[in-house]
Amino acid sequence: MSLAVDVTHRFGSFLLEARFVSDGRLTAFFGRSGSGKTSLINIIAGVVRPDRGRIVLDDTTLVDTDRGVFVAKYRRRVGYVFQEGRLFPHLTVRQNLLFGRWFTPPRERHVTLDQVLDLLDIGQLLDRRPGSLSGGEKQRVAIGRALLTSPRLLLMDEPLASLDDSRKDEILPFIERLRDEARVPIVYVSHSLPEVARLATTVVVFQDGRIMATGSPTDVLGRADVLAPYVLSEAGVLIEATVCGHDRAFGLTALQSRAGLFQAPHLDLPIGTPVRIRVRARDVMIATTRPDGLSALNVLSGVVRALDATADGLVEVGLDCGGVRLAARLTRKSIATLRLEPGREVYAVIKSVALDRDTLGRAPTPIERASADASTTQS
Amino acid sequence: MNDLLNLSPEEWTAVRLSIRVATVAMLASLPVGIAVAYLLARARFPGKSVVNGIVLLPLILPPVVTGYLLLLSFGRRGPIGAFLYEHFGIVFSFRWTGAALACAVMAFPLLVRSIRLSIEAVDRRLEDAAGTLGANPLWVFTFVTLPLILPGIIAGMILCFAKAMGEFGATITFVSNIPGETQTLPSAIYTLTQIPGGETGALRLTLVSIVISMGALLISELLARRVDERISAQ
Repeated sequence: MSLAVDVTHRFGSFLLEARFVSDGRLTAFFGRSGSGKTSLINIIAGVVRPDRGRIVLDDTTLVDTDRGVFVAKYRRRVGYVFQEGRLFPHLTVRQNLLFGRWFTPPRERHVTLDQVLDLLDIGQLLDRRPGSLSGGEKQRVAIGRALLTSPRLLLMDEPLASLDDSRKDEILPFIERLRDEARVPIVYVSHSLPEVARLATTVVVFQDGRIMATGSPTDVLGRADVLAPYVLSEAGVLIEATVCGHDRAFGLTALQSRAGLFQAPHLDLPIGTPVRIRVRARDVMIATTRPDGLSALNVLSGVVRALDATADGLVEVGLDCGGVRLAARLTRKSIATLRLEPGREVYAVIKSVALDRDTLGRAPTPIERASADASTTQS
Repeated sequence: MNDLLNLSPEEWTAVRLSIRVATVAMLASLPVGIAVAYLLARARFPGKSVVNGIVLLPLILPPVVTGYLLLLSFGRRGPIGAFLYEHFGIVFSFRWTGAALACAVMAFPLLVRSIRLSIEAVDRRLEDAAGTLGANPLWVFTFVTLPLILPGIIAGMILCFAKAMGEFGATITFVSNIPGETQTLPSAIYTLTQIPGGETGALRLTLVSIVISMGALLISELLARRVDERISAQ
């Protein structure tokens, strides 16, 4: 899949100027509410006609205002999962699911009802009406309905935003299965850092109607300028790892990364599953000798690479742990006491319970890099 | 008492004619009513308020004036009436079809208003969703919009039917009061009140009117409730 977007559109006083190319399996639109993510996804779906620009999906031009091309939304074959589900209240779940399939040319119906029921586990809901479904069930039916059109691209606009945490945990594995098993190219809109860190193969970062960065999650989500508009306390790094063992007695799962071995609270994933560990800089302690008599289970050895003052008067210590970048936020007093400076060999200490649980899930494999063309477009 | 239940053949004719006129008026104006309501609810075009005014006019004008205007335009010598007669052989004046036309025109504002309100209440995001699922605008209207506005359509149809059953002024002005052809229930009641000894007949027809109107109302309530349950099964 390749998706090339270069559009300008004005909504009242809000100007959207977006340009990027992605060949990722799951392209995440990341940014704060009101930064233009949903506007752009509406333009890709054909719900909104942009003032100017081009959108090319694989070899099909969906929009080209210079050449007067505008493919109507019902001809795009782009599935759209809305934030609020938008199931048809007058139809049963079965009729909702099959609604779009009806309009799909028979030769292009690659997805069957049985596959969708199996993938999303909604077989028992078929004869019910949307009004009687829970939020999580509605969202799964909405995903199934979009899938049954055998879309060339699946757009998901904050599909988890209206759900509570337990419902999110219910849906996230299904989205991972879509990405890895069904292999449907996905554009996923979210303002949740853990969701994006967990799901994305390519991240497109939005800020005030513009795209401020494009790239792989490990590259983009560690950048201070990307995270600056959010809470600084969320700043951290994303580390690729694989599940290498379970300790049933203590309820722990061992994760192997290039930075070293991590122990995380138990994950229900088989050995060999790729995962991403998000380590927030505020959760990392630094020791100059290997600590002894300490409760924290994760001790990684590394070298100080850089010391950067942050806006709130603290210092971000950049570490190199076996070729993996790690960041620790410390006070200036700690820096002085430990006499930290670039080149110094230290130990990074992280509590297992401090690892961002929401990010830990089946990661995409192999990691695909974002197209270099428009990456880190500066606005 | 028995007198009140045994309708004379002439009275039966008036009842049957009224039901036929009202049903035809309702069914014939329904597609036009839906189209006009959709246009007024959704479309933006110059002169929209003028169209809206024309649609509502029969509600405000004295019915006799509406009937007279119909006579002027749809009568045999009227511009529209003459055209229809010459090209299609259709005659409205002094025929039951004319009575149906008069009833349809008089009831049209009620029909359009009811449907328009329900169209404006439809969540357009559902229509967008149907569009992204591959449905072109016609299918979206058929499978999403239409089922969602069904309660409004039913309410509009019943209002239209009830109004048509009771229409008097425009009908009598346009197509007169010919027994068996244009003498509907209200005209028959009016005639009976004008002749000596007609009171019992007038009372009989009044009872019939009440029964038919109440029946229509009950059926609409029942239908609307069933549709409502289907649409919003919360």
